[in-house]
Amino acid sequence: MSDKEITGAEILIRCLQDENIEFIFGYPGGAALHIYDALYQQDRVRHILARHEQGAAHAADGYARSTGKPGVVLVTSGPGVTNAVTGIATAYMDSIPMVIIAGQVPSTLIGDDAFQEVDTVGITRPCVKHNFLVTDVNKIAATMKKAFHIASSGRPGPVVVDLPKDITNQLAPYEYPKDIHIRSYQPRDKGHGKQIARGVDLLLQAKRPIIYTGGGAVFGGAHLPLRELVGMLKFPCTSTLMGLGAVAASDPNFLGMLGMHGTYESNMAMHDCDVMFAVGARFDDRVTGDLEKFSPGARIVQIDVDPSSIGKNVPVEVPIVGRCGEVLAEMLERAKPRLGEIDRPAVDAWWKQIEKWKGLNSLAYAESGEMIKPQFVVQKMMEVTGGGAFVTSDVGQHQMWAAQHYGFEEPLRWINSGGLGTMGFGLPAAMGVQIAHPDATVACITGDASIIMCIQELSTCKQYGLPLKIINLNNRYMGMVRQWQEFFYARRYAHSYMDALPDFVALAESFGHAGIRVEKPGDVEGALREAFGMKKQLVFVDVITDPSENVYPMIAAGKGHNEMHLKPAPGDEQAARELA
Amino acid sequence: MRRILSILMENEAGALSRVAGLFSARGYNIESLTVAPTDDESLSRMTIVTHGNDQIIEQITKQLHKLIDVVRLIDLTGGLHIERELLLVKVATAGHGTKRDEAARLANIFRGRIIDVTGTTCTLELTGNSAKIDAFLEALSRLEIMEVVRSGISGIGRGKRALKL
Repeated sequence: MSDKEITGAEILIRCLQDENIEFIFGYPGGAALHIYDALYQQDRVRHILARHEQGAAHAADGYARSTGKPGVVLVTSGPGVTNAVTGIATAYMDSIPMVIIAGQVPSTLIGDDAFQEVDTVGITRPCVKHNFLVTDVNKIAATMKKAFHIASSGRPGPVVVDLPKDITNQLAPYEYPKDIHIRSYQPRDKGHGKQIARGVDLLLQAKRPIIYTGGGAVFGGAHLPLRELVGMLKFPCTSTLMGLGAVAASDPNFLGMLGMHGTYESNMAMHDCDVMFAVGARFDDRVTGDLEKFSPGARIVQIDVDPSSIGKNVPVEVPIVGRCGEVLAEMLERAKPRLGEIDRPAVDAWWKQIEKWKGLNSLAYAESGEMIKPQFVVQKMMEVTGGGAFVTSDVGQHQMWAAQHYGFEEPLRWINSGGLGTMGFGLPAAMGVQIAHPDATVACITGDASIIMCIQELSTCKQYGLPLKIINLNNRYMGMVRQWQEFFYARRYAHSYMDALPDFVALAESFGHAGIRVEKPGDVEGALREAFGMKKQLVFVDVITDPSENVYPMIAAGKGHNEMHLKPAPGDEQAARELA
Repeated sequence: MRRILSILMENEAGALSRVAGLFSARGYNIESLTVAPTDDESLSRMTIVTHGNDQIIEQITKQLHKLIDVVRLIDLTGGLHIERELLLVKVATAGHGTKRDEAARLANIFRGRIIDVTGTTCTLELTGNSAKIDAFLEALSRLEIMEVVRSGISGIGRGKRALKL
């Protein structure tokens, strides 16, 4: 430890340097000014100035989702924190490692209803993995070490560090702890040997297996042993919205996404399987549909790093607590010499059944020469980018079409708010992705309602020269709301029509970006090629799509996996009504 | 089914609200909650009485373990244990002495104590499990009860079973 004393703000920045943090995303304000001053006087940690704290939080989140490293946010007290809460809750629901540093009013004023004071620890408590209020300058370094450790280990999540302004101006010597021991927090990475053995036994007995992967399979390198295991077992594989890319979309064993808007074959295989292997997936309601009707014959093996995710909604026969990567690697070794035990004729018969379901081609849509179909845009985008782009999305129909029609070959490429479903996430998240991967192609698939929610971030994109490609599937509606109103509310479209939308091309241009409007199906490919060809510039592609298009297939609320609705044939009003 | 969860947690500001917040956010029921520091001043001991089937109690236990401030926890009701609750009750004894005599008699029967007397009131103390406290209050009900204070349940395992670091 050096005897030289530095300020709390300087200590904080030194902590970030010692954590090798390259970028922080933030917005200054009164209570954070000492920190900003310390930030200004160094150049190892680069600050990205968002235009709203929500944008800063989503950008740090996008950075984290595309790198696996923690994203760091810096905001001021009061409204700085409350604006960031949506971003924090978004990261929490999807288990994304983030450290949020919040300025706080001086410790002497806490509780006095001071200017820009909120109870940050209280407000964020339900949507963080943990939070701290630092009341002693000597504890800043150890607290930051704990914050990064907690955020990144076990089941990752956001950690808030609330720093009163006076603490950031007091002096103390600096030493960053090499490691940290928290007696009450020791997440288990390696699975229990006996449970792993039982899991392998059950998998090898399967006659109608399904492997169901989630967000936990995407992070931490789990995709490598997963892919090897899938290739070896040749078992059908499906994925949640969050797990896309863990198994390559082009893998012959991959059936596509499951759940409310998953493929027919995925959901039917989930329903009829005899052994289900859940890898880092938490049996969310959008995945399971009605729990009473969920996979009646399945014996379940589940890996999750969070014990509370196991057996929460669905009883599990073989629970394995550990990180997916570590557990899968061990299962792989144990399964390798025993592949002969698999009942191949039974599994082959199962595949035959699955091929029949696949034959329904549940993601098909009616192409049109008049109106642009949103699915067609995503497919063309896939072609134009060669499938290798980082794709962020907002929330709604466009999100589902992106998940269904953009085939993700690699993990950490599909960046969306799955758990919280936060509209406004796509653009700022894409900024974080582009900052982490300056040379990569980064696209944001969005809709006319979502994009407006954080549109101010176009200014951030200009300041930092981020050449994002925004693909706005503009159907003049909150499409998913409109779809539910069509199905379940007798077409009473209450407040889902986006009246008075801006001229998006002019809007993008006013921020200094390029804009292209596309109104005819024949122009889609050319516009996309032009946009993705402009490597140095942000291009806003405003695609005027068919407003009546719905997301199919669909499992309506309260239905089981075997009660999916496929797209009704054109003019089949009765089928459409049956959805209700 | 009624369960008593005993928790050792870091004696830090906000730890209590994390536990209370977890119960309200996830819709779990709390019948009583007590908390105080232990002989190790870095730790607090909390006792929560809750209701739920095995699956709910398993979830509650796992969710509590997930809180960074929770160091150890056991379900006391999963084994032999002792539970105690402290009752302070004030009854009106104005008028003739018979009311106070009745209070004293009942306290004696239940092995409670009189801890304060004024010209018009009498305050009693009783320790026991919740059923005993309920029975005592029932017996006292023919007098005019002015105030009831119950501490909520504290519990400890029997024999060698101990919750410690």
